[in-house]
Amino acid sequence: MLNGPWHDDTMSEIVVGMGAGAKELATEDMILNIGPQHPSTHGVLRLRLTLDGERIGTAEPIIGYMHRGTEKLFEVRDYRQIIVLANRHDWLSAFANELGVVIAVERMLGMEVPVRAVWARTLLAELNRVLNHLMFLGSYPLELGAITPVFYAFRERETLQAVMEEISGGRMHYMFNRVGGLKEELPEGWMSRTRQAVADVRRRLPDIENLISGNEIFLARTRGVGVLTPETIRQYGVSGPIARASGVDWDLRRDDPYLAYGELPVKVVTREAGDCHARFEVLFDQVKVSLDLADACLDRLADLPPGPINQRLPKILKVPEGHTYAWTESPLGINGYYLVSRGEKTPWRLKLRSASFNNIQVLREMLPGHLVADMVAILGSMFFVVGDIDK
Amino acid sequence: MPELLEVAIRVIVIVGAFLLLPLIVGQLEHKAMAHMQSRLGPMYAGGFHGWAQLIADGVKFMQKEDVIPAAADRAVFKLAPAVALVPYLVVMVVIPVGPGLLGVDLDAGIFFVLAVMGVGVLGSIMAGWSSGNKYSVLGGMRSAAQLMSYELPLVLAASSVAMAAGTLSLQGIVEAWEPWWLAWQAIGAVVFFVAGLAELRRPPFDMPIAESEIIMGPMTEYTGIRFALFMLTEYAGIVVLSALTTVLYLGGWQGPLLPGPVWTLIKIFALAFVVIWVRVSFPRMREDQLQRLAWVGLVPLALVQLALTGVVKVL
Repeated sequence: MLNGPWHDDTMSEIVVGMGAGAKELATEDMILNIGPQHPSTHGVLRLRLTLDGERIGTAEPIIGYMHRGTEKLFEVRDYRQIIVLANRHDWLSAFANELGVVIAVERMLGMEVPVRAVWARTLLAELNRVLNHLMFLGSYPLELGAITPVFYAFRERETLQAVMEEISGGRMHYMFNRVGGLKEELPEGWMSRTRQAVADVRRRLPDIENLISGNEIFLARTRGVGVLTPETIRQYGVSGPIARASGVDWDLRRDDPYLAYGELPVKVVTREAGDCHARFEVLFDQVKVSLDLADACLDRLADLPPGPINQRLPKILKVPEGHTYAWTESPLGINGYYLVSRGEKTPWRLKLRSASFNNIQVLREMLPGHLVADMVAILGSMFFVVGDIDK
Repeated sequence: MPELLEVAIRVIVIVGAFLLLPLIVGQLEHKAMAHMQSRLGPMYAGGFHGWAQLIADGVKFMQKEDVIPAAADRAVFKLAPAVALVPYLVVMVVIPVGPGLLGVDLDAGIFFVLAVMGVGVLGSIMAGWSSGNKYSVLGGMRSAAQLMSYELPLVLAASSVAMAAGTLSLQGIVEAWEPWWLAWQAIGAVVFFVAGLAELRRPPFDMPIAESEIIMGPMTEYTGIRFALFMLTEYAGIVVLSALTTVLYLGGWQGPLLPGPVWTLIKIFALAFVVIWVRVSFPRMREDQLQRLAWVGLVPLALVQLALTGVVKVL
């Protein structure tokens, strides 16, 4: 029965029929390919599991099904075009992806960004973080079989996306960053609508929380499942909410402030348990923190005197020779760009360090010993975007 | 000749109910679930609030190609949906809707019902085994493991009612039922209903299907009408479970003012609504957690109920 299209060439063929195992009472391991097409891989991640019954013996993440050669493409695009490409790898954090590129280029140019642009960027980055987290707050319960929270999460996403759409015209790939600031002035009345949207989301967030957080089955499925130790996290370079759920108290917004984070009271959410439940909780609390930060940014923006929101750029933007590394705290973890320029209008090299790529590698340590059902619980709690893995 | 006519009418009514009630429950699920999730659900098919959605679905399923995987065990694969569906049809024959309103009044009604319902799970195991798909095998195995865990509490809880009523006939149980049994048999009712949910593989016990883990398990490879039969099985199962719980624990057709059969239907749909409600609210358990729930929770509770029934009966 294993000689179909899913047959794996590294494994010897076994014919399992009625009464198999009765003769010698020996059990055979089964190789199960989760993905590349599987609902809980959110795209085209593939996991090769060796199963004994339902228990996972070994797990190997196989990546690259969505590799688009972003880094190579960066080398033949000018910096405006690079922003379009760079906001795509993690399609849930487009604004955060754009940020790293423009920060790197601005640093190389020695360009001063208008203060209003800095605060508006901080605001939009936090809204983007909330949008990203809400997606996982909805999809994670769905993977555990709770079908309702995702609708509540998407209702909140729509609320925030309305203001993001108003400002940028985009719902996912905002393309609102420019080297030297933002694309356009904020629309009239947009700030009060944003404030209202933030308040609405904050008010309705308990709907999701009450439905899922204290649920006995949810706790049983997530507590003590997929525990990550701080040592493993440091070895694999895991970052973001996943690292903080294991007590690795590290957040670039506080520890290496960029944008306006230096002037904001960034509360870093951590948990000690390091299991699926802790990761989910961190995500939840980060949403609340981000909503507060968004409000703080709105207050500050309202107080700022009128002024430009971007810089006038030359027709051909050339970055002086040199190199720099700009990293930001993307919603899913550390997102870094290593920019090497030889003074051309395109970078000589732009290395992308994406969060999910590192975060997903640790699966081979986490999965063995768990059941297939836990595999889904763990995979969902690793909060990854396949584009961010495969670039 | 009148006898033959009577049998024919009974058969037609039962088959009609068997086809109609699951559709109503399915439509109820569509709409209730949608409104709980701030959606509208089907709105177009048939005009009025999408009432004909499931009929449209059925027509679509019938038109689809009936694909049988090359690696499948064809005979078993083809037979499995029928094995899953028919037991529920047979069970409906003995469920009384009103006094004398049933297909056949069997003396050992409860045993017949429980024995026949157990056969339905075979369909799921057969489908999982014969599909030639690893996910389906996992699903089939999960079904089999699940069978082990809920069957005992189901039987124990049901036997408590039989003991209380002093009969195994379903009609006899309803006739013997009195309102204070609601409190007396409450534990048994909960155990029976929960174990029944596990038998139906409905959330939170839907791990043999688990679309986000093993992609519908035994049903992965099914298409068209055979898949529709599995779906019909699921909703027929809800009707049968709700009807049995009504008959055993809620007094069947007993109730004030309204005619008996109406009471039965009201109780059945109220319970079906609970089944839907649970699906909307809860995540899925893990297979070993269900085993734990069954052996550490349900079986002892069912035994407590049995003892309680015995003590009260003797006093």
